[in-house]
Amino acid sequence: MQQQNIRTHQFDNGLTLVVESMGHVQSAAFSLMVPAGSIFDVAGKNGTASVLANLISRGAGDLNARELSSALDNLGLQRSEGPGLTHMSFSGATLAKNISAALPLYGDIVLRPHLPADEFEAAQAGVIQSLRALEDEPRQKIFLELRRRCYDAPWGLPTEGSLADVESLTADDVRAHFETAFRPDEAILGIAGNVDFDEIRDTVEQVFGDWKRKPKPEFATAPHGPSQDHIHHDSAQTQIGIAYEAVPYRSPDYYAGWAAVSVLSGGMSSRLFTEVREKKGLCYSIHASLSSLHDDARVLCYAGTTTERAQETLDTTMTELKRLGDGIEQEELTRCKARAKSSLVMQQESTMARAGSIARDWYHLGEIRTLNDVGQRIDALTVDAVLDYIHNHPARDFTILTIGPQPLELPQ
Amino acid sequence: MKFHEATLDNGLTIVAELNPQAHSLAAGYFVRTGSRDETSGVSGVSHFLEHMAFKGNEKYSADDVNRIFDEIGARYNASTSEEVTLYYAAVLPEYIEQTIELLSTLIRPTLRQDDFDMEKKVILEEISMYEDQPGFSAYEKSMSAHFADHPLGQSILGSAASIGALTSEQMSQYHAEHYQAGNITLAVAGNADWDELRRLTDKYCAAWPAGKWNRPTTEAQPTGSTNYVTRESNQQQHMMQLSPAPAAADSLRFAAELLSVIVGDDSGSRLYWELVDPGLVEAAELGYNEYDGSGTYLTYLSCDPESAAENIERIAAIYDDVNKNGVTDVEVEQSRNKVASRVVLRSERPMGRLSSLGSNWVYRQEHQTVEDDLKILESLSAKSIRELLEAYPLGQMTTVGIGPLEAPAASA
Repeated sequence: MQQQNIRTHQFDNGLTLVVESMGHVQSAAFSLMVPAGSIFDVAGKNGTASVLANLISRGAGDLNARELSSALDNLGLQRSEGPGLTHMSFSGATLAKNISAALPLYGDIVLRPHLPADEFEAAQAGVIQSLRALEDEPRQKIFLELRRRCYDAPWGLPTEGSLADVESLTADDVRAHFETAFRPDEAILGIAGNVDFDEIRDTVEQVFGDWKRKPKPEFATAPHGPSQDHIHHDSAQTQIGIAYEAVPYRSPDYYAGWAAVSVLSGGMSSRLFTEVREKKGLCYSIHASLSSLHDDARVLCYAGTTTERAQETLDTTMTELKRLGDGIEQEELTRCKARAKSSLVMQQESTMARAGSIARDWYHLGEIRTLNDVGQRIDALTVDAVLDYIHNHPARDFTILTIGPQPLELPQ
Repeated sequence: MKFHEATLDNGLTIVAELNPQAHSLAAGYFVRTGSRDETSGVSGVSHFLEHMAFKGNEKYSADDVNRIFDEIGARYNASTSEEVTLYYAAVLPEYIEQTIELLSTLIRPTLRQDDFDMEKKVILEEISMYEDQPGFSAYEKSMSAHFADHPLGQSILGSAASIGALTSEQMSQYHAEHYQAGNITLAVAGNADWDELRRLTDKYCAAWPAGKWNRPTTEAQPTGSTNYVTRESNQQQHMMQLSPAPAAADSLRFAAELLSVIVGDDSGSRLYWELVDPGLVEAAELGYNEYDGSGTYLTYLSCDPESAAENIERIAAIYDDVNKNGVTDVEVEQSRNKVASRVVLRSERPMGRLSSLGSNWVYRQEHQTVEDDLKILESLSAKSIRELLEAYPLGQMTTVGIGPLEAPAASA
């Protein structure tokens, strides 16, 4: 793997800049994480961050909504903004020569948004429409509802918001979220691409240097939903969601935990795909992945299958999850390592992937893990180490949710 | 970046855009066959055959195929459209031989009966999965209604009945006719050596039977219709509308792509400002799809059922205005900047180049570099859009609705 050129700088107001200079590309990408995610939605107002994310680019600084949108489009910026759990994220990618012109526009959006009161209803209506559309997509809804049932609030609440809460929001709620939660203290700006660190640092200083620190807002916690549940939906397939505990990204055991999930669901030779789909033809789509918060993590497992075969799918899947502790083959781990290596190398082809990755690393670890470092940690894994992890963190205490025409018999 | 092209004696064409600086390589077999090439007795066979390809041949079992792809850390998969079946893999450059051998294995599978019977269950699950997705159902039903008796209206997945009745003998027959070497293009992008690639194609493809399937490509003459599928339990109304647009070989296609961005991109377009920004809809987009001999403008709308009719009217008013008055130079400039940046960003990954390299060859027997694409884009103006609209005005000829609404009463 090529040596990476990564540098960081923390500004006086707390904002951290992380830059990976990549000489062989024409593009540059950024990922700006502002610590104003949905966990800071006031209780009973889940969706405030979501509406704010919709409203925030409707005019900023000297530009109205259309002027701002045109300015970003003219820079060829491929962009997205959305509420995450802890952070609201703004990301974009374009030709490297345009990145210095894009950052001041984001300075306006983050520091000087108009948040026009007369557009609040439009932003709210947009979010409501999206939430209604989610109701028609049980394949997406299962993950939102599974998270509600396996993580305590506010961690388990949907970043998109809850329909009833969003309907009751006011323009003042949304402005208050901006006033209290938009702050530089735990903000992170990751930039990757054909850029020069010193130039970028100076630009960022000019754009975000005046951003004032604020106290971290409080948030209330509440227990998660039921561990076993069914939601009725008229559909051809039943959606099955299963969750159980894992270790977060910052844990020293993370890569062993990652390997355990990869044996289950990394590639088409993995166990779930082989046993549930290839050998029994029970479903088209089945997978599991490790989802990490800062201090907590879950394995989230999904299968979608026609209702008459859903019970067998659930039973076969559960058997595979529990069987993992019985042993894994050296070849299974070797395949996981090969897939990881290729994925690490291919990350270097995407400035967008790198910008997101270095910003997330800083949030989770307070440092950047180079691709070589990750590669070495994965190389060092042994079957025994992965099995030790599985024995210390066995698949049990499951959260199981189904969405479909009828409930299934769940394991006791 | 260097372009190479060769044709084997049996008619297989190899096109490659090679770059020794790339981290990875992407390779794909583009087979010029899809649902439009099926007879009514075997509806869905192209897609089912794409699944069967992964079941291996005399040398490699299904388990072997998945295992070896995972051992080399490949990102691999396949897809079937109305016109092309694609088998692809992105890998590290050192695995070129395993990749070409395995992809070649996929092209000539054994089609064992027990594998066929098992995979049929997976296909039926896939059909059920898509049936639960309103957007996909709307697409399939609108293609069928719009193209009516023209082969482009034929379903990619087939139906539970057609798949249920399909035999492995019928599939073998279809394979013999449609997987002749003259019907197949191997495209390779990224870090590979041309001589090595030629040696591998001689080794793994030279024995394939020669021949070519002749596809009739008469332009469709749709007349339009309106169909509603009522699903009372849906929250949103999903509408799909199709209208004729330039075909894949028509030089008007570049203007059509740009027009779809100006009018119907997911941000900053006319539909965005009129419908999405005010919160009237969840989504309103215009796309352009090119086929052999025909093309479509595709309008997608998702919104509250109560306001669906008004929103369709709003879209009609926008299309009328564009057809009458064209678009502005400012709109053209802005959309050109957006598209140019997308083209460059996509081209930074070999996997991103593969689709354009292969499609350009399959549809037009031509090679277009990124620079060629940018040059054409630069040459487009409001006048090019005007010429396009004279030949292919925007329209809403065929309508399909999926959601709570009943078909509107026919006007007297």
